[in-house]
Amino acid sequence: MTETLVRPIEVDPPHRDTPPRNKRRGEPGRSWRLYLPLGLYLLFTLVPFYWMLVFAFRPTGSTALVPWPITFEHFDTVWNGLGFGVFFVNSLVVAVGTLGVVSVLALMGGYALARFRFRGQRVFLLALLCTQFVPGAMMLIPLFVIFKNVGLLNSLTGLVIADTAFQLPLALILMSGFVRNIPVELEEAAMVDGCTRLRAFFAITLPLLRPALVAVGSFAFIGAWNNFLFALMFAGRQDKFTLPVGLSYALGEFNTDFGALAAGGVVAAVPVVLVFAVVQRFLVQGLSAGAVKG
Amino acid sequence: MEPLVTALATPPRRRKRREWAPYALILPTVGVLAAFLVYPISSVLYYSLQRYNVTQPWKNGFAGLDNFRRMLTDDPLFWQSLLFSAKWVVVQVGLQLLLGLALALIVNETFIGRAVARSLVFSPWAVSGVLTTGIWILLYNPSTGVFQELANLGVGDHGTSVLGNPDTVFPATVVAELWRGVPFFAILLLADLQTIPKDLYEAASVDGANRWRRFLSVTLPHLRDAIVLSTLLRAVWEFNNVDLIYTLTGGGPANQTTTLPLYVARKAVDSHDFGYGSALTVAGFVILLFFSILYLRVSKFGSRQ
Repeated sequence: MTETLVRPIEVDPPHRDTPPRNKRRGEPGRSWRLYLPLGLYLLFTLVPFYWMLVFAFRPTGSTALVPWPITFEHFDTVWNGLGFGVFFVNSLVVAVGTLGVVSVLALMGGYALARFRFRGQRVFLLALLCTQFVPGAMMLIPLFVIFKNVGLLNSLTGLVIADTAFQLPLALILMSGFVRNIPVELEEAAMVDGCTRLRAFFAITLPLLRPALVAVGSFAFIGAWNNFLFALMFAGRQDKFTLPVGLSYALGEFNTDFGALAAGGVVAAVPVVLVFAVVQRFLVQGLSAGAVKG
Repeated sequence: MEPLVTALATPPRRRKRREWAPYALILPTVGVLAAFLVYPISSVLYYSLQRYNVTQPWKNGFAGLDNFRRMLTDDPLFWQSLLFSAKWVVVQVGLQLLLGLALALIVNETFIGRAVARSLVFSPWAVSGVLTTGIWILLYNPSTGVFQELANLGVGDHGTSVLGNPDTVFPATVVAELWRGVPFFAILLLADLQTIPKDLYEAASVDGANRWRRFLSVTLPHLRDAIVLSTLLRAVWEFNNVDLIYTLTGGGPANQTTTLPLYVARKAVDSHDFGYGSALTVAGFVILLFFSILYLRVSKFGSRQ
């Protein structure tokens, strides 16, 4: 493993003397230096997930560490009895809504930042960065007052707006980095051929931005899906609960019913963990491609 | 992360002609942020000078600096929560950075099953604070948790309640947040590791540098800006992080794990004391801004070129 600190990445071809196929085999004598810490860390990562699954799938009262035979009684309890079915739909509406709005606005703004030079640009950028210092808890009080005044309390729309305001700045900055990575010459060539800028964007740039949209969109989705404080404060009526709020009540109420808590956790975890498993690759590639071009 | 750096460092060069298009493109964003971010922030400043409690509207009115006086001279919980916030941020960010860097270096190696390993070790990043609490409550609970299983194997005592014991509640909370926080650094640092030109390592090898020297003289300097920026962002987020502590310990036992934003959230959600909560918020914001600027100055961020 001594030679392999740098893995060959797509952008520069692997070195001739050490083709990647050979590297993959590793050096058997030393590989414990890699696999031991990795294994330990995997244990730390996976045991909590496993623990949740065990509780969710084994019958009440069982203390078996392997949930077999599995039971769905806890899922029935949380989904139908405790209303997690409704919370799930609410979470989905909020997360998808936020994803949609954030993606479109970030695409527009990111394109403007990357492709134009305009007065006020640096101020705009600095303002975006400054928003990263704003605590979510700081927004609770004023947003509550605003939403109360315009009648957006206890509505999923209000929640989408709050989540969008919170997610948009970083999404926009990331997106501008992604757009800057796409050679402007491609668009210009299309425009020389008679395309309008708009057509050039849709025909050339947008398809190339697909991984960027996946990364930025999934950020927004996960952020909105997981948001707790806004949902707790602005959607406090039970029919508007999202999963984190539902879970937080489950934490308090069912001190003894760990099975229901775990099943609720699985319901809340599955969508984001799946989304993340799919986009994780794009995320790393996208972030690192952003740096290559600098 | 790097897009952040590049966005600030290199202003775009194209299109000198003044156009309306960029303004039209950023207009919706400016609108949303002005209405739901900038305006709320400035109204917090206003509220911090008011007596404003939804449950006692008859007392509302201008308070001057009363809220701040009460905070500085008459509220031990403010100082206590501030101190705990500092401890929380330093411990969390420090450990997350160390573990995250180690993890990034490991999954940057070439080995069989790397793609799967990456997906697995990064996955807690996608999990919410409340869900993290749920999972760790299952692990920590005294009757069927992981310590009970360990006790059955002869390690430790039966009935250990790590969250109820003032001596163990802090490390227990730290570990739970680490579980979720380490992947953030691992992802960002891995992305940056992949941009290091490998001829640098070859040159260092030719010069006889061993693995450790190559790490010190090639890897770390390259990661510098990414580390500075990610630790800063993470410090801000950990400072502001409420979900996990709010649901895991509720700030207890005996307010031992109350951070400043948690204190604010409790003022807002539970007692609806918006005036005093706003004053606390302003204090937190000012402190955060001060230390962020200080950190960027001291670390000479962006001076690599």
